[in-house]
Amino acid sequence: MRNMFAEVLYALGKQDPRIYIVVADISPAGPMEKFRTEFPERFINVGVAEQTMIGICAGLALKGMKPFAYTIATFSLYRPYEIIRDDLGYQNLPVTVVGIGGGVIYSTLGGTHYAQEDIAIAGSIPNMTILAPCDPEEARAATMYVGQRASGGPVYLRFGKAGEPVITADAAEAFQFGKVRYLQKGDDVAVLSYGVIMGMAKKVADELSAKGRSVSLIACHTLKPLDTQGIADILKSHKQVVVIEEHVPQGGLAAQTKQIAWDIQAGCKLYTFTLKDKFVHCYGSHEDILAAHGISVENIMRVFNG
Amino acid sequence: MGDYAQGQAVSGFDVAAARKRCLRYRRRILDISQTVTALHMAPAFSCMEIVDCIYHGLMRRDADGLFLDSFLMSKGHGCMTQYVILEDLGILPREELDRYCTKEGMLGAHPDYGTPGIAASTGSLGHGLSMAVGMAVAERNLAAGTREANRVFTVLSDGEVQEGSTWEAVLMGSSLKLTNLIAIIDNNDFQSLGRTSETHPSFYPLDRKFEAFGWEVVEVKGHDAKALFQAAMGRKGDRPFVVIGKTTKGRGVSYMENVPIWHYRAPNPHEYRQAVSELREVES
Repeated sequence: MRNMFAEVLYALGKQDPRIYIVVADISPAGPMEKFRTEFPERFINVGVAEQTMIGICAGLALKGMKPFAYTIATFSLYRPYEIIRDDLGYQNLPVTVVGIGGGVIYSTLGGTHYAQEDIAIAGSIPNMTILAPCDPEEARAATMYVGQRASGGPVYLRFGKAGEPVITADAAEAFQFGKVRYLQKGDDVAVLSYGVIMGMAKKVADELSAKGRSVSLIACHTLKPLDTQGIADILKSHKQVVVIEEHVPQGGLAAQTKQIAWDIQAGCKLYTFTLKDKFVHCYGSHEDILAAHGISVENIMRVFNG
Repeated sequence: MGDYAQGQAVSGFDVAAARKRCLRYRRRILDISQTVTALHMAPAFSCMEIVDCIYHGLMRRDADGLFLDSFLMSKGHGCMTQYVILEDLGILPREELDRYCTKEGMLGAHPDYGTPGIAASTGSLGHGLSMAVGMAVAERNLAAGTREANRVFTVLSDGEVQEGSTWEAVLMGSSLKLTNLIAIIDNNDFQSLGRTSETHPSFYPLDRKFEAFGWEVVEVKGHDAKALFQAAMGRKGDRPFVVIGKTTKGRGVSYMENVPIWHYRAPNPHEYRQAVSELREVES
């Protein structure tokens, strides 16, 4: 995803001199190097200084620019949180805070690098928009949207890292900001997810399809503003709904889907699989850390296998 | 020598007029103090001559009289000074100052982005210098080497110099070689709980800290309009510039000077009358 982001941002930056990238000591991927070489005056590396990264982006935006702040999510969003709240949220400035490594994808780096609360944290700030694409193609669409929109306030753009497979190539619907996106359409079971863990959601959908169930697989890439009507429609039109989320139980897609289900008095069964409200102290693959939180295809399928 | 004299609207600075203005501004703030229960009066009196010098002496205007340069009040609690100056300049209407801190008005105890003449929302300390860095980068790129870049002025409190985020921004101002960035520190040696020098015995020397971070530094008497202006005129201009203005918190009213309670207290009618009778032109 980050390579796609860099490629798209370079293309956007060529067209629009208001596009800036402010990074905090994260070595840019190949395409970002092109941006740096061709537009050195619009590429700023603050070093290990994330508070000023956000403040500088705010200052650029106050002068009409469209800056992107870029580093690992815990450092781009958590470390300078109050500066994001005041400078970007309160002033409603068009700055995009890019968080690399959303969730527990930095599975060998430990808890300091897990952005497992980022949707709740970013979502609690008024004026904030949150986008969390699930694969490189959706990352392209999300970055294009943010770079080309005519107006709007701050954005938190949650990415994985690099090398994610494309899973939206045959999607039933195109990316549309603020709308849930059906990757496949059915009428029995709905599987909702976003971000890198959408790959696991797709495996769940495939296993259910193999069992003869009619399955919808839905990418909820826009976490704020959440497509409340779209989720209500899903809850009404399916018998079973599963939310799979790489985020703590509070304040993410699962919690909000439950809220919508209550508001509309939904009659479907609703199952949510999220990270636990805890820090795990273990290392391994991304799947290993998810499993430590109780999230695996096998665990999820238990709901359907009885 | 600096090139302020070559600016489009600044050909000099009438020090006598500045002293008269600052007396008038202090009086206006005192009058407003009688309409509210609390306000940041001593912090405003502390940075009075500094902010007056920026608006009336240092910021350049275009042919239509609009400011080319920007001013960002990083010490947001000093905004009463900015409000009365913006009122004087016709940028903020008088009615708004009369409605200060009321539900009918737009002005509060900290400046809010979107208010006429206010560059950014501040009030939380340690935000302003980073925003000023970003603004200065944008101005430099907008000038694109075809003209001199518009300047960005910002006023910091000595208290907020303790914020780590301020030092991140100090480092960036230098690393980005922002010659169009000018910070002025309202160095009154007071913060909420007492003297800065007692809170942090190693806070001084401050000038050498900024020099070590690659800034051009000058220390002046911060209530001396002439010294402030001449210091800015005399800068070399090859790096970001900081003026450390030695000031007195509450300057102009004897019982407020260096007394922490006046950080956020409005005088009662008796205290108000005494303050009005004491006000004089401040010379240095």
